[in-house]
Amino acid sequence: MGGITLKQVRKSFGDIDVIPGVDLEIKDGEFVVFVGPSGCGKSTLLRVIAGLEDVTSGQITIDGQDMTDAAPAKRGLAMVFQSYALYPHMTVRKNIAFPLKMARMDPAEQDRRVNHAANILNLTDYLDRRPGQLSGGQRQRVAIGRAIVREPSAFLFDEPLSNLDAALRVNMRVEISELHKKLATTMIYVTHDQVEAMTMADKIVVLRAGKVEQVGGPLELYHKPANRFVAGFIGSPNMNFLEGEVAARMGAHAIGVRPEHFSMSTSQGLLSGVVGVAEHLGSDTFLHVDLDNGPHIIARAAGEMPVNHGDRIWLTPQEGRVYRFDAKGLAL
Amino acid sequence: MATRQTQSLARLMRAPAILLLLVWMVVPLAMTLYYSFLDYNLLNPGQTSWAGWFNYKFFYTDPAFFAAIGNTLLLVLGVLAITVIGGVAIALLIDRPIFGQGLVRILIISPFFVMPPVAALIWKNMIMHPSYGVFADVARFFGAQPVDWFAQYPLMSIILIVAWQWLPFATLILLTALQSLDREQIEAAEMDGAGAVNRFIHLVAPHMARAVTVVILIQTIFLLGVYAEILVTTNGGPGYASTNLTYLIYRAARLNFDIGGAAAGGIIAVVLANIVAIFLMRAVGKNLD
Amino acid sequence: MARAVTTRTKIGYTIAAWAVALVIFFPILYTIITSLKTEQEAISGFSLIPSFSTQSFSDVQSQNNYWRPFTNSVILAVGSTLLALVVAIPAAWAMAFSPTKRTKDILMWMLSTKMMPAVAVLVPIYLIFLRTGLMDTRIGLTILLMLINLPIVVWMLYTYFREIPGEILEAARMDGASLRDEIIHVLTPMAVPGIASTLLLNVILAWNEAFWTIQLTTTNAAPLSAFIASFSSPQGLFWAKLSAASVMAIAPILILGWFSQKQLVRGLTFGAVK
Repeated sequence: MGGITLKQVRKSFGDIDVIPGVDLEIKDGEFVVFVGPSGCGKSTLLRVIAGLEDVTSGQITIDGQDMTDAAPAKRGLAMVFQSYALYPHMTVRKNIAFPLKMARMDPAEQDRRVNHAANILNLTDYLDRRPGQLSGGQRQRVAIGRAIVREPSAFLFDEPLSNLDAALRVNMRVEISELHKKLATTMIYVTHDQVEAMTMADKIVVLRAGKVEQVGGPLELYHKPANRFVAGFIGSPNMNFLEGEVAARMGAHAIGVRPEHFSMSTSQGLLSGVVGVAEHLGSDTFLHVDLDNGPHIIARAAGEMPVNHGDRIWLTPQEGRVYRFDAKGLAL
Repeated sequence: MATRQTQSLARLMRAPAILLLLVWMVVPLAMTLYYSFLDYNLLNPGQTSWAGWFNYKFFYTDPAFFAAIGNTLLLVLGVLAITVIGGVAIALLIDRPIFGQGLVRILIISPFFVMPPVAALIWKNMIMHPSYGVFADVARFFGAQPVDWFAQYPLMSIILIVAWQWLPFATLILLTALQSLDREQIEAAEMDGAGAVNRFIHLVAPHMARAVTVVILIQTIFLLGVYAEILVTTNGGPGYASTNLTYLIYRAARLNFDIGGAAAGGIIAVVLANIVAIFLMRAVGKNLD
Repeated sequence: MARAVTTRTKIGYTIAAWAVALVIFFPILYTIITSLKTEQEAISGFSLIPSFSTQSFSDVQSQNNYWRPFTNSVILAVGSTLLALVVAIPAAWAMAFSPTKRTKDILMWMLSTKMMPAVAVLVPIYLIFLRTGLMDTRIGLTILLMLINLPIVVWMLYTYFREIPGEILEAARMDGASLRDEIIHVLTPMAVPGIASTLLLNVILAWNEAFWTIQLTTTNAAPLSAFIASFSSPQGLFWAKLSAASVMAIAPILILGWFSQKQLVRGLTFGAVK
């Protein structure tokens, strides 16, 4: 149930190869996140899996069956769209029941499933309202409800949280994760937000220009990025890259150090620079430092650090926390 | 939405509309073009013969043709001037805070829904009639001699009627454009110290320019075809004083039964309309995406 | 403007706006008033207070067989619009939701057919109607009016359909809806307001059409526009009767028009002004 395999899936619009050829194996019950900058083809890949776009070549199998040319409805997948795509003229109840109605399901069973989904998603009090009368988070839950009643073999999420405000996004992130634990159904989730990817995924697929850059668990990507792109994309704030003499001394074209992997001192260290902005968050302090004759980097210090604009500071990368890359950007 | 299945279905669904319009556009136009080179009179259908450019030459040398072209231009330009200037003024006025704005809008838009023959009859008999019209009543009230509008100023009278019909259209479109103006922009300009006149010149006027263009082009298309107003009021007279191109062609076809001549006139009308159409299509086309 | 305006300024603008509105509406108002006068009153000088006689209305109906042109107007306007909708809805659907590279060109070309002057095809259409026996028939005129308004109908529907987010239709597809289900349960309910506005505006346009209706009818199929135009021939000066006939011809469409002001702007400017 719910395993999805892509074999050399290629998608082009006219002369442009949006996806030049992707191989991917998604196991049943896995929470897979496609992550990458906008325009990297992650949404297109999801839509190809959904059947909303044809593949140009290649093969898609779902549950071991070849679904490459099957209509979206026949694939047994459910999708939650970025805009929620709720039917504005139907009540919440009818929205959630719509896929069941389309499947000509027995009305009593429809009611049972809708009530069950509403219960899970805290929508019971809103069943007779229309989408226009709901808040963003509630609409999101309706969209999820519409997906779960079908009991699909896999859920597809297309940037579902991007229209929510920051606080709500954190809540929904947790809710979706909990839902995955509860249902244990395969989920494919597209986002450009690496925090969502890191916190939710069992497996992250990092995409750039339609190509898979690396596939792996969140911590695997954090600790062992395959290349400079993945290293820079995963982790927040982004990894700092240093080239030239410092890198050469370590036998690399470039080295990368995460903001959290610097030891700081006000008197001595490997690198020296002047603090531009110091962001005091209480739990952490982020320092934006202009290195002498070097790039602008960000360093994180735990807790409160008594440093201000214009202060000189010394930074030393922690032992064993330096990533080395060759001229092509591949990890050494 | 780009699967092969939906695409072929879409083709099927577009086809009827496209085919119908294609036939509607090509067949009659081709026939008109063909007839325009024939010496073909319905009174003498047996003597139909090839006429070459004769019909065009005939039209070109007919003094009525130039009178009609002149009248057509005067009619179009006159109505445009009245409706655009009046439309901007009225739109600016009713965009202000006023009591009963909804009702004012309804009253102002009303003439647009009056069918042309009724509009013409109302003005001819109720308003401009030399003995029983309101204008005559007013003239007599001031001790003046009532004017016989359609005899003395036939074209101007028709311009007045047509302008009355189209003023609401211009007003409504310009008002819509005015109301879509970003209020924050105006407020920002006020903060920047721009006075009412400067705000109008630098913000309102450029914003309205597009709507004015659309009004001018769309009205021109319809104004080139003014017909019923002339038929009901002056019948194109006295002489050719209020005959426009449309009316001239109608006379050739329906009163003189001169099929060839009317067809040649029709082709000339197409050329004229196309010149305007090219500009309109550009203006509308820009807004497609 | 979102700012407090003194009541005095507001009253000033109000008076000016109402004055302009009343001047513009006056010909219609005066016709309504005259229709409620007796023939004698109607020609005895300016007066805004009629005797509220309905004599003219009953005269027009009994003497001129008013109901035949009225029925024709309804059949032609509604019939041609419905026919156009049947052809245009699938076309607009396809162009809005499955656009190709040529969709824009097709739309522009459709618009261009609207710009062909009617008089340019008067001769062939007249001859075709004459020879095929379509002259003075409702069916012939209905088809003709349908063709004339088809571009506007397609355009209006297209601009309305484009406002329906494609994701909603995709959601329906994911939910297992067949094309038929998609159209019946999702597209149509969402498009109803747009379709209704299109219908309304095109009924108005077809009702008021006064070139072809005059050219191609005599008595049987003549709608109100042709019927009223025939009053131009001097058949005695019956001001009140003329007013009554005019009022009856414009009243239904005037009321419809009041409801469709907003759509009017959109429809007649092909979406260029919203």
